[in-house]
Amino acid sequence: MSWKTEVERISEGIRLRVLEHTVAQNGGYLCQACSSSDLYATLYTRILHLKKLDKPLMPAPFSGVPGPDHKAVTGAVFNGDGDPDCDTFILSPAQYALVLYATLIETGRMDEQGMKEYNKDGGSVEMIGAEHSPGMEVTTGSLGQGISQAAGIAFARKRRGDKGRVVLMLSDGECQSGEFWEAVQAACYHNLGNMIAFVDVNGYQCDGKMTTVMNLEPFDDRLRAFGARVFRIDGHDIEEIDRLGRLEPAENPTFVLCDTNPCHEMEFLREREPKFHYVRFLDPADRERYRGYYEEMIAKRRA
Amino acid sequence: MEIVKKPHAANLVRWAADKPEVFVLSADLTSSVEADLFRDTYPDRFLSMGIAEQNMLAFAGGMAREGLIPLIHTFAVFIYRRAYDQIAMSVAYPNLPVKMFGFLPGIMTPGGATHQAIEDVSVMRSLPNMTILETGDATEVESVLDVACAVDGPVYVRILRGEVPRLFDKNEGMVFGKARVLREESQPDFVLVSSGICTEEGMRAAAALRDAGIKITHYHISTLKPFDHPEIVEAIAGSRYGAITFENHSIIGGLGSIVAEQMAEAGLGKKLYRIGLRDTFVHGASKGYLMKEYHIDAMSMIALVEDITGEQFGIREESLMSTYTPAVHSDAKAEAL
Repeated sequence: MSWKTEVERISEGIRLRVLEHTVAQNGGYLCQACSSSDLYATLYTRILHLKKLDKPLMPAPFSGVPGPDHKAVTGAVFNGDGDPDCDTFILSPAQYALVLYATLIETGRMDEQGMKEYNKDGGSVEMIGAEHSPGMEVTTGSLGQGISQAAGIAFARKRRGDKGRVVLMLSDGECQSGEFWEAVQAACYHNLGNMIAFVDVNGYQCDGKMTTVMNLEPFDDRLRAFGARVFRIDGHDIEEIDRLGRLEPAENPTFVLCDTNPCHEMEFLREREPKFHYVRFLDPADRERYRGYYEEMIAKRRA
Repeated sequence: MEIVKKPHAANLVRWAADKPEVFVLSADLTSSVEADLFRDTYPDRFLSMGIAEQNMLAFAGGMAREGLIPLIHTFAVFIYRRAYDQIAMSVAYPNLPVKMFGFLPGIMTPGGATHQAIEDVSVMRSLPNMTILETGDATEVESVLDVACAVDGPVYVRILRGEVPRLFDKNEGMVFGKARVLREESQPDFVLVSSGICTEEGMRAAAALRDAGIKITHYHISTLKPFDHPEIVEAIAGSRYGAITFENHSIIGGLGSIVAEQMAEAGLGKKLYRIGLRDTFVHGASKGYLMKEYHIDAMSMIALVEDITGEQFGIREESLMSTYTPAVHSDAKAEAL
């Protein structure tokens, strides 16, 4: 199997897991899986330098909030686990946690049973994950803060001479915030070339189509004007994601804007436009219809 | 009284000499917060972050996660008002050792409402994992770095700059969680609990009132959170009229509220009188003027005691222990505010 076929299979697996979950739980961040599964699959198989795991890890129960009497326990153990040669992975829009969990399972880093802990009281596999959740290394989700934390980490890692980079996953909606632009400005000013950000530009946010909420375009030109190295690609082009993820670092941070489709490989979601932020079924028949889609897709995958 | 010029500037440089993990982050007020000497001495440990506090605080959180100790330097008001969510989620939640040095607390700036941190203790105190310190003189400014950095977690410090009086022995620096007993009476009429610049005012008022026969036990607080002082609660319980709190802050949420909580939880049934900003914004004027105008000076405390006791002491301001008022444009200040 070529690497590309493998990534595609993992990407499909991510979408299917999130669809299955959305049907089972009567709601989920399904469109985020459609728009970013190609990105996540490529990141976790081709781009991120992660620690080798002997076997998939089972998520631990929530051990308590960090404090003087309780050291923070982070989900980094599913990634690079602080190794100087490994990459730090920062998921900024924590609403994508479900996509991340599915990715960890598909790439053999999290036990499949871990998904059963999702949104369960007392568990760490939270709906909007935080630093104790699998694969999450910092607490994000108050949108706009992930990039600043990533830049602070990149500064420290650069100074220490770590081989590992800081790889950041962003969504386009959060880039409306002032803090995002403050961080881009600072990361460029302080030449944090060891930082690379992949942005899922799916064009939608909670209120609907981004251009009807607050326009961000021309996003690439704006970023370039701030001094970043910017690429804009088809976010479902696995080869391009892979190529850019392996580029030599530049002096300043790199941004890869991935134009994506929130209904990718699930065109039946189009009927919900522009409400793509969270998929919830309003009546049982609707839910059954989606269960049917899932069964069709699973049958096709197995065939 | 000894007046120390720019106590923080040289002390920071000296203190940080053998601490390569310590960085200073500044938001365009470097000389106004006495960080210029650090910048010039250790340029590679100084990070200019521009007028962008939200990023600065979350960036500091990232640095702290990797083992560095970021010291945020800017005006107090710009820390907690402009970057509260970033402090809460990128710093306080993960309990990271980001040390925030907030200059010009309360009425210490003629910069007006935009520059005056009058509810910072209130806001920061309710954040879990946050420790709050306040300096009351040059000795505390010189010793607060060690105290702040010994805490495992984030610390917010109300710090003084410019020409700072030395009220406490140079060799008796700030001790975490310890109240200074400045005056002790066996059966006091009042227990005075003060912090920051109001301690000097409290000392002046208490001395004059003692001459008039009013006995006051006086505590100076430099650790506002955590606050664990059974000895103060006990002293209040044994006082005739109750407690007076005295702070350069709103009477809501700061030292006055802290003492109120302690008294209520202990079920003392004693009265509490809070001196501070009475739920009001303040405008731009000199420190001396604002302290008088908003009744947070020694004479205001004397007036309060007269009111409570129903006595008139005839104390005149000129007769109070002298105080030092630096000129608005003294040479210990940056040209800017």
